[in-house]
Amino acid sequence: MSYREIEHTADWALEVTAPDEASLLTEAARGMYALAGTRLAPVPSLSRRLELSAPDLEGLLVRFLEELLYLSESEGAAFDAFSLRVEFAGDEWHLHADLGGAPIEGMNKEIKAVTWHNLRVRRTPRGLHTVLVFDV
Amino acid sequence: MIRLQDLVRISDTEWEIPRSYRSDMRVPVRIFATRRLLEEVTRDKSLEQAVNAATLPGLVGRVLVMPDMHQGYGFPIGGVAATRYPDGVISPGAIGYDINCGVRLLGSQIEYEEAEPYLDSLASALDAHCPSGVGVKGAVRVEDAELNRICREGAQWALKKGYATEMDVRRTEEGGRLDGADPTKISPRARERGRVQVGSLGAGNHFIEVDMVDEIFDPHAAEVMGLRRGALAVQIHCGSRGLGHQVCSDYVRTFQGAVRRYGIRLPDRELVCAPLDSPEGRDYLAAMRAAANFAFVNRQVLAHQVRLAFEQALAGKVRNWHLHQVYDIAHNMGKIEWHEVDGKRLRVCVHRKGATRAFGPGSRELPPEYREIGQPVIIPGSMGTASWVLVGTAESMVRSFGSTCHGAGRVMSRRQAKKSVRGDALRERLESRGIHVRAGSMPGLAEEAPQAYKDVDEVVETVSRAGIARKVARLRPVAVVKG
Repeated sequence: MSYREIEHTADWALEVTAPDEASLLTEAARGMYALAGTRLAPVPSLSRRLELSAPDLEGLLVRFLEELLYLSESEGAAFDAFSLRVEFAGDEWHLHADLGGAPIEGMNKEIKAVTWHNLRVRRTPRGLHTVLVFDV
Repeated sequence: MIRLQDLVRISDTEWEIPRSYRSDMRVPVRIFATRRLLEEVTRDKSLEQAVNAATLPGLVGRVLVMPDMHQGYGFPIGGVAATRYPDGVISPGAIGYDINCGVRLLGSQIEYEEAEPYLDSLASALDAHCPSGVGVKGAVRVEDAELNRICREGAQWALKKGYATEMDVRRTEEGGRLDGADPTKISPRARERGRVQVGSLGAGNHFIEVDMVDEIFDPHAAEVMGLRRGALAVQIHCGSRGLGHQVCSDYVRTFQGAVRRYGIRLPDRELVCAPLDSPEGRDYLAAMRAAANFAFVNRQVLAHQVRLAFEQALAGKVRNWHLHQVYDIAHNMGKIEWHEVDGKRLRVCVHRKGATRAFGPGSRELPPEYREIGQPVIIPGSMGTASWVLVGTAESMVRSFGSTCHGAGRVMSRRQAKKSVRGDALRERLESRGIHVRAGSMPGLAEEAPQAYKDVDEVVETVSRAGIARKVARLRPVAVVKG
């Protein structure tokens, strides 16, 4: 289970591998926060519950990360504890997420958006694999 | 990967990827670049992305790529594509998340020599008056009804509120207001983000830069614009902030379903699109225009804040501290325009992503004082290097849908830049060259280091030789504020 930044001329690209869907989303979130240089304040933690759906796993991944970006900007909140359940039911992928985190103390960079550029979650012998490109 | 031998050389500054290169291409790709610049971009995916862009339904003429091109997401940065109106498509990803990201240039009568002792305090005043950085709120906060007016009226709102002069509005692309903007087509989340960001610079490659007019190449055009050698000028580079990012994100998601409904097959999901005359296409166009008007207001309020900073730092110390607007241009935008294509006059939707409108002399869209010289085009360089003022030409109208380049264009990844440059060392180097720097983040500064960009002079020389813009003046930076 891991993420790593890979080369992209203008924006940021993140390669993520994970054994299952829930950990793929978790690693992608951790990677996105790391790219932005997000630092959490050492104060009592805050929590959020998210319920999201999308027609495909790629769409669910983008929605989840977009939600985290929105919470960063609108509430100044970021998360480092993830309890995620991902399931496919009724022709859609569903995410139930319990997040624990804290107010943001500082960030190095602003991520404008999570893009769909060449986005595809592949099943490989090592688990799920994807590359995300962020507009910065 | 596309190789140089796949390209047809048209001239020293023009190359073509023929339609036969890939079976799903609907039009050829025309690249404005020298051989050297072209060799540079074969190392990333710019050309592959241009070929992907050439698969959009309803394209006319050619997909064009400017010499500052670099790899983006979906559509290459520096790309221009025109689709037939109303049955062609509109693609939010071919305009970008930062809708109406653009540059404003303010000119002055302030001689560099008389302002030089006060430049450091001017940089501090700009930093204090112009909110910048990650998560920083704007100079103005508005309620929902006011946000609606901003999105409908654009720069006219700023004029009514005292943030703009009539000259500012007149000398803004489209008069700072796109018709057909509908704020009801933007989501509550986009509205929420926009309400607190009016008059904010943001972070990334956005900046406010004080320059000195270093050299004049077209004395008459420079005089018309009020640019004098040795005088100060100011560039403001930013866009529609979180409101625009949210509009694009919302519609790229919605359009994932639209392409299935309209049976459109694309090589990249970021290129999703919808017919211009479909409900989805019309809604996005109205929302994009609302975001574009928001961006015009954002740059206008920042211009107001810049004037306050100049007053604070220079009033009583220089003879005339006032700043006049030269022009304000967009470089991420979709516009419905008339162009001649293969001998026919067609109404088209021109997608410009990292490309600037560059209308030639005589264009009715220009303010009367610029109709004789052509539209001013502002090309910001990388930090510490020159920037340029150009004008559009008759050739740009014929060969590039009235478009030209938008900047230096990245050549090095942000990761590589951070590895090879330290932000604090870069600031010291710039300061030692007399450039006063205010930056929110040192790693952020390192990512924007000059070596991460192409040589802007070479980019400008290329569009000039290709005939799709003409040089007017070169600017040299003396103070920079970055988020």
